[in-house]
Amino acid sequence: MSGRVWWRAVLTALVLFAAAPFAWAIIASLTPGAVLGGAPALWPRNPTLEHYRALFAVRSFWLPIRNSLVVAGTTTVLCVSAGALAAYALARLEMRGKRAILAVILAVTMFPQIAIVSPLYMLLRAMHLIDSYPGLILPYVTFAMPLAVWLLVGFFRQLPRDLEEQAMVDGASRWQVMRRVVLPLSAPGLATTAILTFIYCWNEFLFALSFTLGPERQTVPVAIALFRGQYQIPWGEILAAAILATAPVAIVVLAFQRRIVQGLTAGAVKG
Amino acid sequence: MKEQRTAWLLVAPALGSILLIAMFPLGWTIWESLHQHDLRMPWLGRPFVGLSNYATVAGDARFWGAIGHTAFFAFASILLELALGLVLALAMNRTFRGRGVVRAAVLLPWAIPTVVAALLSRFMFESPWGVVDVLLTRAGLVDKPVVWLAGAQIAWVPLILADVWKTTPFVALLLLAGLQNIDRELYEAASIDGASAWWQLRRITLPLLKPAIVVALIFRTLDAFRVFDLVYVLTGGGPGTSTEPIALYTFNTLLQNLEFGYGAALSVVVFAATFGLAMVYIRWVGGVAPGEAAAR
Repeated sequence: MSGRVWWRAVLTALVLFAAAPFAWAIIASLTPGAVLGGAPALWPRNPTLEHYRALFAVRSFWLPIRNSLVVAGTTTVLCVSAGALAAYALARLEMRGKRAILAVILAVTMFPQIAIVSPLYMLLRAMHLIDSYPGLILPYVTFAMPLAVWLLVGFFRQLPRDLEEQAMVDGASRWQVMRRVVLPLSAPGLATTAILTFIYCWNEFLFALSFTLGPERQTVPVAIALFRGQYQIPWGEILAAAILATAPVAIVVLAFQRRIVQGLTAGAVKG
Repeated sequence: MKEQRTAWLLVAPALGSILLIAMFPLGWTIWESLHQHDLRMPWLGRPFVGLSNYATVAGDARFWGAIGHTAFFAFASILLELALGLVLALAMNRTFRGRGVVRAAVLLPWAIPTVVAALLSRFMFESPWGVVDVLLTRAGLVDKPVVWLAGAQIAWVPLILADVWKTTPFVALLLLAGLQNIDRELYEAASIDGASAWWQLRRITLPLLKPAIVVALIFRTLDAFRVFDLVYVLTGGGPGTSTEPIALYTFNTLLQNLEFGYGAALSVVVFAATFGLAMVYIRWVGGVAPGEAAAR
C-alpha cells in the first residue's frame, strides 16, 4: 500500500511541475505592471486586466491571432483532404512503389526546416509571396503533410475491409465507397489528424519568422517573440499574450486529450 | 492497371507538394553551397567556388562551437527527459483514478508554442526579481540572486529546464504506450516468486520497454538537433555565442548576415547529420508499415 502512496506523491509532484508555470503566468498577467515579479502570490493583489487591454488597444494583437487562424486553418483543411486521398491509396489500392513513397514521406517528417529556409525564401520572393498568407501556407502544407499522411494510413489500415468490399459488390464505385463508407468510418482519425496539424501550424516559428516582414502577416508566436518595449521588456503584455496564445491549444487538448494521445503515440511508435 | 492510375492520381497532390517544397529546395541548397553568394555584396555575383565553403566550415570555430552546444543540449535534455519520462510513465501506468487530469496536465506543456514555453521560462529566471531567484534567496540556498542569462554556463540551466518541462510529457506518453504493451502476467509471476519491485523494473520492465525507449531517444535526438525557437527566444544564443546551437548559427548566417552560399553549406551539413540519424530510425521502425508496428 505504501507503494501506491509513493507513486501518488511522485505523480502529484510532476503534475505540479507541469502546471506551476501556467498558474504563475496567469497570476502575473493579472498583476499591475508596477509590482510584477517578486514572490509568487496565490492571487494577485489588485488584479487588473490592463495588460490584456493594452495588448489589443496598443499592439493590435487581434492581427496575429487572425493571421494564425487563417494560416493554421487553411493548412489543416488542405493537409487533411490531400492527405486523406493519398493515405487511402497507400492503405488500400494496388500500387507499385508504395514502400518507396512511404519511405520518402517518413524521411521528410525528419527534415530539418533550417536546411531549406534560404531556397524557400528565394522561391517565395521570386513568386512575390513573401509576407503573404500563401507564402506561409505553402511551406506549412509541405511540412505538415507527411505526418498527416502517415497518421491517416495507419487509421485507414485499421478499418475493416469487408464493408468496402460489400459496397463494391453491391455496385458502388470506388469514389462512392470512399465518400459513403470510408469517410464516415474514419471521422475519428481525420479529427485527430486535423487537431495535430492545427497545433503544429499554430506553434510553428522558424518559417513564420523568416517569411513575414511585419505585423500585417506575423503569426502569434512571431508577434510575441518580437514584442519590444521602449525601455524594458513589457512582461505584463507578453504574459497576457502567452496566455491567449495558449488558450486555443489548451482547450483543444482538454477536449480531445484521449484522441491526441492516441494519434501522438501512433505517429511516433508506428513511425 | 486502372487501379494503379487511380492510386497515383490520389497520391499526386500530397506527394507533389512534398517534392516541390521539400526536395526541390534541398537540391537548390546543395547547388547554392557550391557558390559564393553574399546578398550584402551583390557586385560579386555568384561565382562557382567548388567545395571551398565546406573547407571554411571545417575550420570555422563558431561552427564547431555550435555543434558542441547542440550535442551538449541534446545529451543533457534527453537524459533528464528519459529519466523523468520513465518515472512519469510508470506512475501513470500505476494509477487509475484521476488519469484524465494527469494526462491533461502533462499534455499542456507539450501542446503550447515553444516560443511561449521559452518566454515563461525567461520570465521565471529573470534576475533579480524572477520567481526562481526569489524562492532560492528566500530559502537561503543562494546568498545573492543568480544572474541566469548572463553566464556562459549558467544560461544552460533555464534552457535545458524549459526543454525538459515542455518535452517530458511526449517522452512519457511514448513510454506509457510501451508499458501498456507489457503482459501483466509477467509481473504477477515475478511477485509470486518473491521478486522485488526493483528486480522487476530491471529484469522485466526495462528490457521489454527497450523499443519504446529507443524510439523516444531517436525522436528526441532529431528534435534536439534542430532546436531553434527555444534558444532564439530564451538566450538568443548568448551570452555571446555560448549557447548558440547549429540551427541558430545557420539562421544567423543566412538571414542576419545574408551569406547565402556559406549558410547553404551549413544547411547541408545539418541536413546530412539529421539524415544519418533518420536513416538509423527508419531502419528501426520504417521496415514495418504503419498500423502493424504497434505490437513491436
